[in-house]
Amino acid sequence: MVATQETIDKVKEVTSSYKYGFVTELEAEKAPLGLSEEIVKFISNKKKEPKWLLDWRLKAYKKWLTMVEPNWAMVNFPKIDFQDIYYYSAPKTKPKLNSLDEVDPELLKTYEKLGIPIKEQEALAGVAVDYVFDSVSVATTFREKLADEGIIFCPISEAVQNYPDLVKKYIGSVIPIGDNYYAALNSAVFTDGSFVFVPKGVKCPMELSTYFRINEQNSGQFERTLIIVEDNAYVSYLEGCTAPQRDENQLHAAVVELVAMDDAEIKYSTVQNWYPGDKDGKGGIYNFVTKRGNCLGKRSKISWTQVETGSAITWKYPSCVLKGDNSVGEFYSVAVANNAQQADTGTKMIHIGKNTKSTIISKGISAGKAQNTYRGQVQIQKNAMGSRNFTQCDSLLIGDQCGAHTVPYINQHTPSARVEHEATTSKISEDQLFYCLQRGLDSEQATSLIVNGFCKEVMKELPMEFAVEAQKLIGISLEGSVG
Amino acid sequence: MSLLEIKNAHLKLDDKNILNGVSLSVNKGEVHAIMGPNGSGKSTLSYMLAGRDGYELEKGEILLDGISLSEMEADERARSGLFLAFQYPVELPGVGGMSFLREAVNSRRKFLGEEELDHLAFVKEARNEASKMYVKDEMLKRAVNVGFSGGEKKRFEILQMAMLKPTVSILDETDSGLDVDALKIVSDGVNAQRNSDNAIVVITHYQRLLDYIVPDFVHILSDGVIIKSGGPELALEVEKNGYSGLINAA
Repeated sequence: MVATQETIDKVKEVTSSYKYGFVTELEAEKAPLGLSEEIVKFISNKKKEPKWLLDWRLKAYKKWLTMVEPNWAMVNFPKIDFQDIYYYSAPKTKPKLNSLDEVDPELLKTYEKLGIPIKEQEALAGVAVDYVFDSVSVATTFREKLADEGIIFCPISEAVQNYPDLVKKYIGSVIPIGDNYYAALNSAVFTDGSFVFVPKGVKCPMELSTYFRINEQNSGQFERTLIIVEDNAYVSYLEGCTAPQRDENQLHAAVVELVAMDDAEIKYSTVQNWYPGDKDGKGGIYNFVTKRGNCLGKRSKISWTQVETGSAITWKYPSCVLKGDNSVGEFYSVAVANNAQQADTGTKMIHIGKNTKSTIISKGISAGKAQNTYRGQVQIQKNAMGSRNFTQCDSLLIGDQCGAHTVPYINQHTPSARVEHEATTSKISEDQLFYCLQRGLDSEQATSLIVNGFCKEVMKELPMEFAVEAQKLIGISLEGSVG
Repeated sequence: MSLLEIKNAHLKLDDKNILNGVSLSVNKGEVHAIMGPNGSGKSTLSYMLAGRDGYELEKGEILLDGISLSEMEADERARSGLFLAFQYPVELPGVGGMSFLREAVNSRRKFLGEEELDHLAFVKEARNEASKMYVKDEMLKRAVNVGFSGGEKKRFEILQMAMLKPTVSILDETDSGLDVDALKIVSDGVNAQRNSDNAIVVITHYQRLLDYIVPDFVHILSDGVIIKSGGPELALEVEKNGYSGLINAA
């Protein structure tokens, strides 16, 4: 379609002003620039951590020094100077708060700009939100109600103080400190994140939700999340992100570990909308995340659902280790890359137990000059008799300058297991666009409709309120891609 | 003033002359049929009217209710009241029929300065119109045209026409792929929408459709020009003597 001047102007307006691009004026307390053993000690000291955790951090730091950055992903970016990053920055608000009234009004304003009405969410949505602002959690809501059920939902820094045995037992148990370069870095310098514990037999009555913000300029954010769900228990966890506009790249290297015991179920949903950089790829977040769930117990189940629209570079493979017999791993993903964005994302399903089952549904959408890679590993180990995997990877291309790549790795060591892989690549056809236009939809509405149709299988896995947000987000992030 | 006015339309595709000066006036309340052999430019004419990319006029003009369409994109033309029932309706995987209808209807309503229909009112109207076209609720839940039979696709096209209430509708080979029963349902649906304020242009190969949708005028298109116009009897002449007789006479 030939774009009208009006459309072009509109697109320029949208792409030049990232909706969430603003900086909150808050006094921050920073660690000195760069990374060293002293900085690791500084962070640990700031957080008044026990010695075992400091030792653990230092071990990770030493391991990290011996490692090299992975270069196998299909992404290109200038070398990161790890000495040019602030590893700790906390708003000068006291983290101990009894109610939201005590939260810095500047902070509350920021959330308002983001369209997160805190009180409304508390009251209406019944969602408990653990706000992470820069690196320190400042407000945790609904905790009491959850406590009645025996559920712990708090910043991990608090869990270190109040539930040290649980943290000590499980931190690093799914993702060891030396797992990969970024995980090692995170282990050394993580500042905060969420901790969830759901005891035996408890079905968490509400969806737990965290909004992440990266605020302090140049402060890499290193989140650490740990979720433990005991026998017969259930939790659904939502993670949603937006970040202010930046000219300098910001590094984000989070680690998320999930542990599911016998008959436990964890549903982990992410909508990621970090600043993707400008049209030429300047600025934007580097999102190098390690997420892994351990289906430790029999018949346990872990589902990852992700909608990835932001970040300049995404390097992310939420995975499941299916140890327990008859355990189930699922991965539902929509990855949108527009303009100069690069996404290399996928999953790993490691089948160890008997009759384990995994499903992978990946939808990649590329527009502009973006490159979008699905990279997935399905490994069926020797004793995983009767295990099954089904993988479906669909790519949608918008325009003729973008790329879609599918890189499946399948290692099967058991004859009785079954692995299926289906992949398709398609383009939004002229016919489809013209049909929609002829019905009065403009080209952006039409694209959004077709793309959301393409993603439907994944979207239906998201909790309702998230699905609506995600649909809008996909529309916004593809604005101007058809013209 | 004519509702649709085509003046001396010329159009080239890949340097080949397809339309060579088509002129046509369609007034309110009229039904026109455009007949012609394969390759005469019928489908090109419908795409040109609807504003498909690549089908821009080289020369000539089209006016919808007195307003020139030349500078309008396909979606603007649609919102202005021009509807094209496709010969081959396009599949939209994952896009539910009901939500597609709703987006389309609301786009048109917005253009007309009307309030968007609330969800319940819309569903009620859609179901009502759908039942007239023998379109079941279940079909509205399915993805647009995906896995539809030929008849279902055409019924869904006419349902969209009924919901959008266009001022000028172009039906491109709407009879193709239909058995007699389906043809009757589709034709009844079209006839129910004939009124004194709108107009319909039926594009077809065969006279058969015109037994059901009786036109006021019939035009014969050949090599990108209208070589003969007349009343319904002209269609019968085509039926009897074929196009060749008419073309040779012209």
